[in-house]
Amino acid sequence: MIGIVDYGMGNLRSVAKAFELLGAEVIVSGKPEELRAAEKLVLPGVGAFGDGMANLRRIELDKFLEGEVLGKKKPLLGICLGMQLLAREGFERGRNTGLGFIGGKVAKFELEAQGLKVPHVGWNEVRFIGENPLFKGLKDGTCFYFVHSYHMVCDDKKDVSAVCDYGHEFAAAVRRGNIFGTQFHPEKSQEAGLRVLENYMDMQL
Amino acid sequence: MLKVRIIPSLLLREGRCVKGVKFRDFRDTGNPVTAAKIYDAQGADELLFLDITASTEKRSILFDIVSKTAEACFMPLCVGGGIRSIEDIRKLLLVGADKVSINTAALDRPEFINEAAEVFGNQCIVASIDVRKRVDGEYEVFSDCGTKARGIGPVEWAKEAVAQGAGEILLTSIDQEGTRKGYDLGLIRMVADTVEVPVIASGGVGSLQDLVDGIVRGHASAVSAASIFHFTDQSIIKARTYMKEAGLDVRSMELR
Repeated sequence: MIGIVDYGMGNLRSVAKAFELLGAEVIVSGKPEELRAAEKLVLPGVGAFGDGMANLRRIELDKFLEGEVLGKKKPLLGICLGMQLLAREGFERGRNTGLGFIGGKVAKFELEAQGLKVPHVGWNEVRFIGENPLFKGLKDGTCFYFVHSYHMVCDDKKDVSAVCDYGHEFAAAVRRGNIFGTQFHPEKSQEAGLRVLENYMDMQL
Repeated sequence: MLKVRIIPSLLLREGRCVKGVKFRDFRDTGNPVTAAKIYDAQGADELLFLDITASTEKRSILFDIVSKTAEACFMPLCVGGGIRSIEDIRKLLLVGADKVSINTAALDRPEFINEAAEVFGNQCIVASIDVRKRVDGEYEVFSDCGTKARGIGPVEWAKEAVAQGAGEILLTSIDQEGTRKGYDLGLIRMVADTVEVPVIASGGVGSLQDLVDGIVRGHASAVSAASIFHFTDQSIIKARTYMKEAGLDVRSMELR
């Protein structure tokens, strides 16, 4: 069963529907006692970093995730804001502490000087780094859908599992052991995105 | 490289797709969920639903359509029409919208954009701007489905909307809309060159070259069209091929 963490940050339904279409059993919940039954967790979300963390803490989902993901080594997939929250700290509307599962910080795109629009919205090519079960069966350079103004800067380059270019190279996906994150939205990336979710579903760690 | 986006737009009224000319004379063009599925299968980069249902009691049909679309199409959905409150936005996002476009409510009270962006993030809020050229040649912003002149120019209003937190601008020329005579490129370029957020060109596409012009000459980040995909044998697939041959960086659909 896939447990989708509901912490009041946006479109969870598309993620749930995508996994259901792929044949997974899905639970969408903000209650640790319900999510505990899931073998794999997904932390989706759109919105601001500070709000996201505040919402997680309010219902003690941060502690729950620590126990499940760092303690029991359950796989976790963070999507968009969900990936950014894996970092140690974010700088969206002030400085905020993140979950800290992956060393790094979340910074705003500063691309005005290059004449590039922010947010980075649309489909962009993703280049995979090394072997990653999430991208099995996909061609290097496949396009995924992004919509974000902030991006994660990892302390350790080894945690970056895919990159994308927008003004400069940035982390399109991260991985540390059982912890995965995609800055793009697989649930909004049509066939390519569904493949990523299916890979996550089928993955044996 | 970030790809140029091709965005089919579907105008909805009381649960059906309609299409008009210059915001008038609407005719029925079919079932929106069916249309959405076709565009999804053709690899549209995003989908735009704009609801012009007048009666408030029939508004709930929109939620049903967005919901059914989101169950079948795993692509970005932007939904607009009649959004007046944070609660309206929340409800649309919950049934599967990714972004909302706000028009009249933002002109009535620009801070509404700011409040919505605070809650849902800038990327979620699209300011929809409908523009008409006056007899004196000046552009003016209109609200309420093109019926109410607002006494403000598109550049000025676009700047304000972005300052309030809009993450994108959907810019429609009422004069061109439904005419298939091409975008108002002067208007598109004027706004696109001013704001730092992406501008989606809308209104008037009649040929695939118009899409290319919207990007190359209008400086838009994305091109939206309705009639051409609805009433002609041009498809998203043909549009993508045409734009690619014109040298634009469009999305490759190859996965492996």
